[in-house]
Amino acid sequence: MLDNGWGLSLIVFLPLVGALIILLTPKKNLAAIKAFGLTFTALPLIIAVFLIARFDYGAGSAFQFGTDLSWITSINARYHIGVDGISFPMLILSTILTLLALIYSFNHWPEPYNPKAFSALILVLGTAMNGTFVALDLVLFFVFFELVLLPMYFMIGIWGDKTMMKVPGFRIEAETRLYAAIKFFVFTLFGSAFMLLGFLALYYRSGDVAPFVRTFDIPTLISMGSAGAFTGTFAFLVFGALFLGFAVKVPMWPLHTWLPDAHTAAPTVGSVLLAGILLKLGSYGFIRISLPILPQEAQRWAPAIAILAVIGIIYGALACLAQSDMKRLIAFSSVGHMGFVMLGISTLTVVGINAAVIGMVAHGLITGLLFFVAGSMSHRYHTREMVRLGGNQKLMPKMGAILGFTAIASLGLPGLAGFWGEFMSLVGSYNPLAGLDLGVFRTAMVFGAIGTVLTAGYMLWMLQRVNLGEPSAEWGGHALVDADSYELAAWVPLMVLIVAVGVFPKLVFGATNSAVVSLVTKAFGG
Amino acid sequence: MVHASNGGVLAQWAWLIVVAPFVAMLAIIAFGKRMPRKGGEIAVTAMGFVFVYSAVLLILNIANGVIFEHSVQVAQIGSFTIEWGWVVDGLSTMMYFVVGTLSFLVFTYATGYMKGDVRETWFFAAFSLFAGAMLVLVSAPNLVQLIVGWEGVGLASYLLIGHYWEEKENSSAGMKAFYTNKIADIGLIIGAIVLGTAVGSFRYSDILDAAANNLSSLAPVAVAGGVLLFIGAMGKSAQFPFHVWLPDAMAGPTPVSSLMHAATMVTAGVYLVARMYPLYAGMASDMRVLIVIIGAITLLIAGLLAIVQDDLKRVLAYSTVSQLGYMIAALGAGGYTAGLFHLWTHAFFKGLLFLTAGSIIHAVHSNNMSDMGGLRKKMPVTFWSFTSASLALVAIIPFAGFFSKDEILATLGNNGYAWAMWIGILGAFITAFYMGRAMFLTFFGTYKGEAHVHESPKVMTVPMAILAVASLIAGWVNIPGVYEGFHHWVTERAITFPSFSAEGFDVAVMLTGLGFAIFGVIVSYLIYFRDADTQQARDRVRIPVLWPLLENKYYLDDLYLAVLVNPIKGPIARAVNWTNSYLIDGIVNGAGIVARYAARIVYGGLDQKGIDLAINTAAIVTGSAGEQARRLQTGKVQHYAAMTVAGLALLVIAIVIFI
Amino acid sequence: MSLVQFLVLGALMFSFGVYGLLVRRNAVMVLLAIELMLNAVNLNLIAFEAALRTAFAGGQVFAIFVITVAAAEVGIGLAIVLLIFRNRRSANVDEMDLMRW
Repeated sequence: MLDNGWGLSLIVFLPLVGALIILLTPKKNLAAIKAFGLTFTALPLIIAVFLIARFDYGAGSAFQFGTDLSWITSINARYHIGVDGISFPMLILSTILTLLALIYSFNHWPEPYNPKAFSALILVLGTAMNGTFVALDLVLFFVFFELVLLPMYFMIGIWGDKTMMKVPGFRIEAETRLYAAIKFFVFTLFGSAFMLLGFLALYYRSGDVAPFVRTFDIPTLISMGSAGAFTGTFAFLVFGALFLGFAVKVPMWPLHTWLPDAHTAAPTVGSVLLAGILLKLGSYGFIRISLPILPQEAQRWAPAIAILAVIGIIYGALACLAQSDMKRLIAFSSVGHMGFVMLGISTLTVVGINAAVIGMVAHGLITGLLFFVAGSMSHRYHTREMVRLGGNQKLMPKMGAILGFTAIASLGLPGLAGFWGEFMSLVGSYNPLAGLDLGVFRTAMVFGAIGTVLTAGYMLWMLQRVNLGEPSAEWGGHALVDADSYELAAWVPLMVLIVAVGVFPKLVFGATNSAVVSLVTKAFGG
Repeated sequence: MVHASNGGVLAQWAWLIVVAPFVAMLAIIAFGKRMPRKGGEIAVTAMGFVFVYSAVLLILNIANGVIFEHSVQVAQIGSFTIEWGWVVDGLSTMMYFVVGTLSFLVFTYATGYMKGDVRETWFFAAFSLFAGAMLVLVSAPNLVQLIVGWEGVGLASYLLIGHYWEEKENSSAGMKAFYTNKIADIGLIIGAIVLGTAVGSFRYSDILDAAANNLSSLAPVAVAGGVLLFIGAMGKSAQFPFHVWLPDAMAGPTPVSSLMHAATMVTAGVYLVARMYPLYAGMASDMRVLIVIIGAITLLIAGLLAIVQDDLKRVLAYSTVSQLGYMIAALGAGGYTAGLFHLWTHAFFKGLLFLTAGSIIHAVHSNNMSDMGGLRKKMPVTFWSFTSASLALVAIIPFAGFFSKDEILATLGNNGYAWAMWIGILGAFITAFYMGRAMFLTFFGTYKGEAHVHESPKVMTVPMAILAVASLIAGWVNIPGVYEGFHHWVTERAITFPSFSAEGFDVAVMLTGLGFAIFGVIVSYLIYFRDADTQQARDRVRIPVLWPLLENKYYLDDLYLAVLVNPIKGPIARAVNWTNSYLIDGIVNGAGIVARYAARIVYGGLDQKGIDLAINTAAIVTGSAGEQARRLQTGKVQHYAAMTVAGLALLVIAIVIFI
Repeated sequence: MSLVQFLVLGALMFSFGVYGLLVRRNAVMVLLAIELMLNAVNLNLIAFEAALRTAFAGGQVFAIFVITVAAAEVGIGLAIVLLIFRNRRSANVDEMDLMRW
């Protein structure tokens, strides 16, 4: 019964139901709020695990556990959901991170204290994230894609960093959280507006191809696209429009500047979900929508995307080295890591796209954990300035060890999850799709490899400043509590997964490989 | 030559060797703190297991020759297969034995040396991690697993060099090691990608098969791949110009220096070249001269640097770099056996040298030879172990190093690299000189310090004694013309390679080398021993231009810092950040501000004073009209009546007129 | 007796009534004036009926209606004036402008 759409629909909408129930619960009843929140984030994960057992790993691009119901008949928008090997790992990651974020929050409610509203927002965010990964209709996808913005806007705007900041280069001062929330929201919306135009263009053009019914349905559009229905200037403009929408979310250079501000302003859980899942929506959009529906156009754009991706890698790493704020450093590291993901995608090969997906999963686990730890640390030290932190390993050994482990994972140490994305991106870059400019891609590969050195550079430098050495005198009198059980409950599963995916990448590739092979064959032939 | 067996059950279970240290690491992290030796027991037991198993495998290889390989698939990505597995053949068995023996002895030593350390349990956990990663590296049947092990030992190196991370220099030294290796690893990774893509597989057997059969897809990239892999090897094995991390790595505890930075980890580069030998001997043979050049340069400049050091560990560190240069040069010249043989003997005597250094440092509480002197009588076991190892290093017959170094020199000479051979012979002189200097400054004369010097405990001296014996006999396994066992062991490989044979005895070279070595000992004796008490000669011997150059390490470190590290860390990073905040974000923020101005104009000007004006006017007009109209409502009935009558009158008149 | 004489009388009475309605200050006098107007109308109706018996037969009936309405209206009107007088001690219509704007 769970196979034919109910499973996925429950995974998507149970958190929303939970949010509604929490909103009806009286504010004072914290235990009930926690219980409802926990139930309605744990249930999707349980269902997802159940579906793991029933997933057909060799099914290629066939979408499983899905359903296709009529929704808005006047524009032929349907409630079409399903997962394949590419979206399934992302969906599972999303359910896991939402649950862990909520568990972490139970003991770490951000200021101003309002567990009811905050939990509800996490749950709504959960629905939106899960929904984006299962949506197979452009309108449905758009709805969830945009829905993601609202809870995050409120999380940043209400529970974010209240300190005043100067907007660089202008004589304006603003509260960090307000500035960051608006910037994040409007910037993303700017891209999404163009993305919507692209969707509409595809909808209208789809009526010109057999069977001459305008549709928003993604699999149908994919078949049309690989049969060559969308070409020429139309395809160029549509790809550009979609590119804008997805590239802002990834975030690709130069549309990345919202990310550092959003991360420094956001509360811990907001940063975790932002880095862990929201960034993946952009690259997932490329893989699910842009590449299969506009394959010829993708080949035209691939070198440009590769160049931008590599710029992101190097630029992100260099910017990290100039940071004094720990969370801002980790934010720029996200720009770099997503650069590897986009490099993998731009190669348009089985290896590259597989690398991108495992890179997305690994980044979600690793950077999610990094933001968890950074958030906990900034909560205890009341600062994010690395100059003042130092000797953390002495003051909070467990947290320091976890930070060290995560930083090592983040720099792509082989044996941990981050390595596969980086290494296989480079492999894919060396041998991109036939017909793509080898010079561009191999140069990109070399710069990507240089990027790994810079990544190691800033991560170890960050560790040295924050973790090692002697603690500064100002922390002398403070009783700094080491990681508590809620934090460990949230972090240990992530650490286990990071090692597991690192040692046994089949956990991801087993699902993705077949789907990616299908995708590439269908889109780019042979 | 290749009549091997498949090793039977022992080879099939050989993966236990690789896994045991990791299990130990987890156990140490879990229970180590509560144990009497703080987890050291677990580590030593695991290493003991590795030692015994590897010894058995070695004996099996000696008896029968073993060639075995097994891989388990862990991912399929398009046409690439990712596998974990293990190899048991001549080369890897030799490496297992070296790693196993040295690990076991050094771990045992470390339980004494690290007693009471601030972080003893973590030390053994990290050390076990190292051993595990090293074994992953040498057991790998494919390049990907090699990279996993390679970077894993890099991580362990970072952790252990920075063991005393309370002081910034120590963690910085760890980072320096990691970065230098990471830069060289660019070559390793790209080389692996190039070769793997050309052949379609990362497995050694596939790549080397392709190399042996001159596969057409491999031909255009073979030399490039070979160069790139060698660059990676240069990093790990501290070849010029990547050698700068090794001396700084001496910041780590001495057992680390002994095991990792002398015997095992640094030999990973040599191992890689040896493993890929069919490629280097065949399709990539054009680039071999590069290997010899790098090796020769390294052995010379590092040897010179060892002469001016006051820190005993640094003397040994530069000595290690120099000896690695010998191994690399040998491999480049075609001396497969020679290079590996020197790796074998070097592991024993250099590992021992560091252990003795540690013993001295432990007793004297200083690394500097100026704080030592006259320790011969106070620490006899240490002294005799040091002597044995030094004689091996200086290559005096019949100690181990003599046979291996001699074979290298012979290889260089007989394969057309006579210039490299002469550099090697000069190097022999330099080696003897600095080792003599070290010995005389440390053990002879009078002790100038205040510490209460005594011999180290048994747990430290016994391993030293064992290795001292090994330093004597380890070379006897490959005496050309008498017993060439080593040569046979390491050539038990699945893929054979072209034009290969062990070097025979070259008496001329042997005597020349020996002569130079003895000459070096005599010179150092004349300078340093005779003046042992005052040791002013140390400072009197200062060749003007050369000494400052050496003391500043050829200004290479300064060059790297000034040209590479500081610009990137400082101006370039800040420039990128500025660009980001002021240029790129400036556009974004500017867009926001322009939008606000535009909004103000549109709202204030167009909307408020334009459109809204019209609407408001309409409303106002209506209002005032109403305002005026209401004045008719006076509330007085008679006025209403009057209006009615007037209206009526008008109506009547209208009717009368118009009808 | 011709019709015109009655009509003139009726018009005169109506005018006096209008004059009284518009000018008199006392509310009772205004009501009286209204009665005068109503009676004038009655007179007109009766006169026309008498003159045009066959064509306009409803005149007398209409007059009865008017008398009835006038009676009712006087009753209510005087009641209202009485209440106003009790509350305000004056029956001066010029002072009753509470329903003004």
